[in-house]
Amino acid sequence: MAHLVLTIVEHRDGQIRKSSLEALALGKRLASEGGGTQAALIVGKNISNLAGEVAGHGAALVAIADHDLAAQYSTEVYATAVQRAAEKTGAGLILESATAQGKDLAPRIAARLNAPYLTDIVDAKVENGNLIAVRPEYAGKALLRVSVPVSKVVVTARPNVFPAENPIASTPETASIDVSDVKPRARVVRFVSASKETVDVAEAEIIVSGGRGLKGPENFPLVFELAKALGAGVGASRAVVDAGWIDHDHQVGQTGKTVSPTLYVACGISGAIQHLAGMRTSKCIVAINKDADAPIFKIADYGLAGDLFEILPRLTEAVKKVKGAG
Amino acid sequence: MKIAVCLKQVPATDSRIKPSGDGHAVDLAGVEWVVNPYDEFALEEALRLKEKHSGEVVVFSIGGDKVEEAMRSALALGADRAVVLKDPAFTHADPLPVAEALAAMAKRESPDLILCGKQGVDHDRMAVPAMLAEKLDWPQATVVVKLEIGADGKSAHAEREVEGGHEELEITLPAVIAAQKGLNEPRYANLKGIMAAKKKPVAVVTAAELGLNPPTSPIQMLEVAQPSQARKNRMITGDPAQQVEELVRILRTEEKIL
Repeated sequence: MAHLVLTIVEHRDGQIRKSSLEALALGKRLASEGGGTQAALIVGKNISNLAGEVAGHGAALVAIADHDLAAQYSTEVYATAVQRAAEKTGAGLILESATAQGKDLAPRIAARLNAPYLTDIVDAKVENGNLIAVRPEYAGKALLRVSVPVSKVVVTARPNVFPAENPIASTPETASIDVSDVKPRARVVRFVSASKETVDVAEAEIIVSGGRGLKGPENFPLVFELAKALGAGVGASRAVVDAGWIDHDHQVGQTGKTVSPTLYVACGISGAIQHLAGMRTSKCIVAINKDADAPIFKIADYGLAGDLFEILPRLTEAVKKVKGAG
Repeated sequence: MKIAVCLKQVPATDSRIKPSGDGHAVDLAGVEWVVNPYDEFALEEALRLKEKHSGEVVVFSIGGDKVEEAMRSALALGADRAVVLKDPAFTHADPLPVAEALAAMAKRESPDLILCGKQGVDHDRMAVPAMLAEKLDWPQATVVVKLEIGADGKSAHAEREVEGGHEELEITLPAVIAAQKGLNEPRYANLKGIMAAKKKPVAVVTAAELGLNPPTSPIQMLEVAQPSQARKNRMITGDPAQQVEELVRILRTEEKIL
């Protein structure tokens, strides 16, 4: 069978990232719907040991580009690795998760291969030689269903949307990709970790977000404490980011991040259209707001109209108690 | 140094977006068109670099007649001149032909640096900056929150936002840099700038002059839909203690999240 899909697998600290396991599960299904198999690519330094796990997640062939030049992410080195892996495997559909790396790398590959590019897809199937995919535009205010030949297309898939699968034990067939001749002109010289206090909002399964209802930056700890109790990331509305209460990293909405966590808790957020656009695909939405007529309640599953200064500390304590009880 | 800034117009972020009558396009009738918010950070950074290192800021855009308004506002803020590809076929083209058009514009101007917004808040593809860099065979840094140009004017230091932190990059110029919110705080135009902008040149070019073929797309649009996710809309009443107790019960036993 021919390799139909080439999935780019990301790793950090020697672990395959969860978003890549989701991409591998999606790639496996799309390849099978198209009557072919999935190949995968791992790029890095000393990463060959991940090949078995990648194969177990549905890759019939694992291409490996292992080189000093790839020790840190480099658009140029990685793009050449993908180009060569695509040539070697013959796969026409190139897939990656829409992570920071995916969103930097995938368009560069599309331009190199002169291939159409679909960003951040949230639904997909292969039918009669075409990829039928759904992608959001206008921060999710519109959903576009499009069709493109599977023989040549670059795709990124939104994290937290497609489920990952449990691996099956498997012995990988591998191929080696050479990138030693690439002369990158942009090099990552350092990675600076953000505070480890909370989970990054882009990767969080649960998000607790704060808005103007908090009245001032001095009250944001109420949100952080609930987030900590839930093991959640901290989000924020644009209003409080622009007011300087919290860094832009935390902003959810049209000029911030678009998220789809399992649980989204909006605290003191009225629900401006730009904010709703960034979190409306969350699986369960809880809203806490003083104003019972706030638009946020229209898209919430559970609404608590009331004083968040009374509710949040009690909720944090109750969550701690539940978690503590295991 | 010579800096090019790519700037596009998009519907204002508070626009209501709905499908057109036939469900095959987005209905943009009556929306307010503004400069893409991320492009404002790109322009501001270019103006600051010019103030620090001297040089010239050229704005590139693609669009119909209304793009003139965006060009004038960029010139009022301090850009020196603008080049516009006026061709409706390119206004709504795929990112690849757009990147090819911008690359053709860049080749005529040979800037040391091209600044773009990290994404258009209309199509949300985050594609053009990386595609432009590839078409020029230049390095790139996307989602950039900090940028410094080396004293020699031939290198740059950039910080880009990634999950869980920042990547710091050393880049050889020329390069394409895509701006993220937080890179700077854009200025407002003053009256002097607005008056000066009237005299600044806006050059109009055609696709033929740039040696471009009409854009085509292998992507077939099947349907534009509005998101509809059924929500429970259940209000939890009572005093704060009762509300919290009920919410925790629901999240544990019904939603099975806790």
